[in-house]
Amino acid sequence: MAKVLMKGNEAIGEAAIRAGCIHFFGYPITPQSEVPEYLSRRLPEVGGLYLQAESEVAASNMIYGAAGVGVRVLTTSSSPGVSLMAEGLSYIAACELPCVLVNIMRAGPGLGGILPAQGDYLQATKGTAHGDFNLIVLAPSSVQEAVDLMLVAFELAEKYRNPVILIGDGMIGQMMEPVEFPEVKVGKPLGPTDYALTGCKGRERRIVNSLYLDAQKLNDHNEKLKAKFELITENEQRWEYYNTEEPFDVLLTGFGMMARICKTAVDVLKGEGINIGLFRPITAKPFPYKPLRELIDRSKRVLCVEMNMGQMLLDVQFAAEGTVPIDFYGKAGGIIPSVEDVVEQLRAAIAKAGGSRSGK
Amino acid sequence: MAVTEVLMAGFGGQGMLLSGKLLAYAAMEHGKEVSWLPSYGPEMRGGTANVTVCVSDDPVGSPYIIEPVALLVMNQPSLEKFGPRVKKGGIIVVNTSLIPITADRDDCTVLNIAANDIAKEAGTARAANLVMLGAYVGWSGIVDESVTIAKIEKEFASKAKFIPANVAAFKAGYAEGAKMKGGA
Repeated sequence: MAKVLMKGNEAIGEAAIRAGCIHFFGYPITPQSEVPEYLSRRLPEVGGLYLQAESEVAASNMIYGAAGVGVRVLTTSSSPGVSLMAEGLSYIAACELPCVLVNIMRAGPGLGGILPAQGDYLQATKGTAHGDFNLIVLAPSSVQEAVDLMLVAFELAEKYRNPVILIGDGMIGQMMEPVEFPEVKVGKPLGPTDYALTGCKGRERRIVNSLYLDAQKLNDHNEKLKAKFELITENEQRWEYYNTEEPFDVLLTGFGMMARICKTAVDVLKGEGINIGLFRPITAKPFPYKPLRELIDRSKRVLCVEMNMGQMLLDVQFAAEGTVPIDFYGKAGGIIPSVEDVVEQLRAAIAKAGGSRSGK
Repeated sequence: MAVTEVLMAGFGGQGMLLSGKLLAYAAMEHGKEVSWLPSYGPEMRGGTANVTVCVSDDPVGSPYIIEPVALLVMNQPSLEKFGPRVKKGGIIVVNTSLIPITADRDDCTVLNIAANDIAKEAGTARAANLVMLGAYVGWSGIVDESVTIAKIEKEFASKAKFIPANVAAFKAGYAEGAKMKGGA
C-alpha cells in the first residue's frame, strides 16, 4: 500500500480500525480531538460504533462495559481527560479486561495549556489510579511508529488481558507524516473470550467484578496481577539504541518525539566528530532497565531530556543505581527543547565528563 | 541532500498551512521524506498560524525547527519574528502586498513578491498563498512545477471551479521565483 500523508491523530484512528477495533467511546479535547473526529466519520463506514460520551468519566466506564462483553475497544484523550478516566482504568485492570487508551499529552498541571508536553509519563507508568495494577505503556516517536504500535497495543492488551496506553505529545498528534497502513483486519474476532459477558444461556454464569471483600481472595488477586506484570516485563520490553556502536562518553536519553529531536542533536555532534549514544524506550512500561544499564555502563555521564520537569529521569536513575552522574534538561508548558538546546546541553555534559572520545 | 526546512507563516485563513501541505505532497511524489508540523496554539481566523515542512532524502529527524533554511511570510509580525532566524544563505519570500517592510538580511536571498496583486491578476486574491509557494518552488526547484500543479488540482478536486485561478496563481508565482533564480 502506498504511503499517505496524515496527521498523527487521524493515523491513530485509522490504525485502530486496521487492528480490528470498531468501537470507540470518548470525549473531545485538544490536542487529540482529530481522533474522535476522524472515527466519528470512519466507524459508521465499517459497521462500527462511535459514541461521544458526556464526559471522560463516562467514556472510561463505557470502554469498561464494551471490554466486558468481549469487543475490541478504544478511547483517546489528552492529559486532564485521562485523569478523569483514571478510576475506570483501575477497574478495567482489576477485572483483567483488554482495552487501548491513547493519551496525546498537553501541558499541565491542572487545565494547563493545549501545547505539547510529556508531563504524564509518571501517571501512565507509575501511578495511574488507585491500587496495585500496571498498564503497558507505549511511546512512539513518529506517526508511522504510532500506527505500528497501535497494532501492538491491541495484541498486547488481548494477550495479557490488560489495558494498554499509548502516550504521545501534542506534536505527534498534530503533525503530518507519510504513513503506510497494514492490510485491513476489520471484523477479526477478539480471540478466545471466555471471560466475556455474552449471555449465559446454556453455560455457567460469568462475572466481571472488581469487588473482593475477602482479604485473602483480594490478596491472591493482587498476586496474580503482579505475576502477570512480571511476565509482561520478561517478554515485552522494546527499546532503540542509536549511534551506540562506537565508544561514547555521554549517553543521551529521552522518549517519544523528544527522543527524535535528540537523534538530530546526536547527528549534529557526529558531524563534528563527537560520538553521543542515544537510548530511547519504546515501552515506557515495562521499562527496559537492563538494555539502558548496558549503555550506562559504557558511559561516563548521562543526559536525560524531556518535555517535563524530570519524570522518565526517575527510571534512568533507577537503572543507573548511582553509578554515573545524571544531568537533566526539561521544558514544560508547551516549550519544546530544540536541537540547538540539546546540543548545548550535550556540550556541557561532555565538558563535565572530561573531554570526549572521537567518533572516528 | 541535507534536510530542507521551510517555515510558512501568516495570519490564520491566509492558507499557509495548505501551501505547506501541497509542498509536502509534491515532495512525497518525488520520493522524499517529509514532515508537516503546524503551530496549533489557540489561533483563530486572523491570528497567526505557521507550519514547518521538512523535505529530506533520509527520514526526517527533528520536525521542530528553530532556524529554517527558507521562510515564506504573509504578514509583518511573522517576518519580524522569524526573519532573523533564517539560516545564513537561506531564502526569505516576503509578501509585499501586505507587508510594508522587507527582510533586513544581507546574508540571505530575499524575494519581494506582491503576492496578493499577482493572485488578483491570476483570478483571485485569495490564492496569494499559492503565489508565495510558486515563488519559492520556482526559485529553489525543490519540487517540479508540474508535480505541484497536479497536487493543487487534486486538493481542489471537490471545488473544481477554484482550480484554474489557483493553478494560475501558482504559475505566476513560479515565474517570478524562476526569474530571480541565480541571483538577480
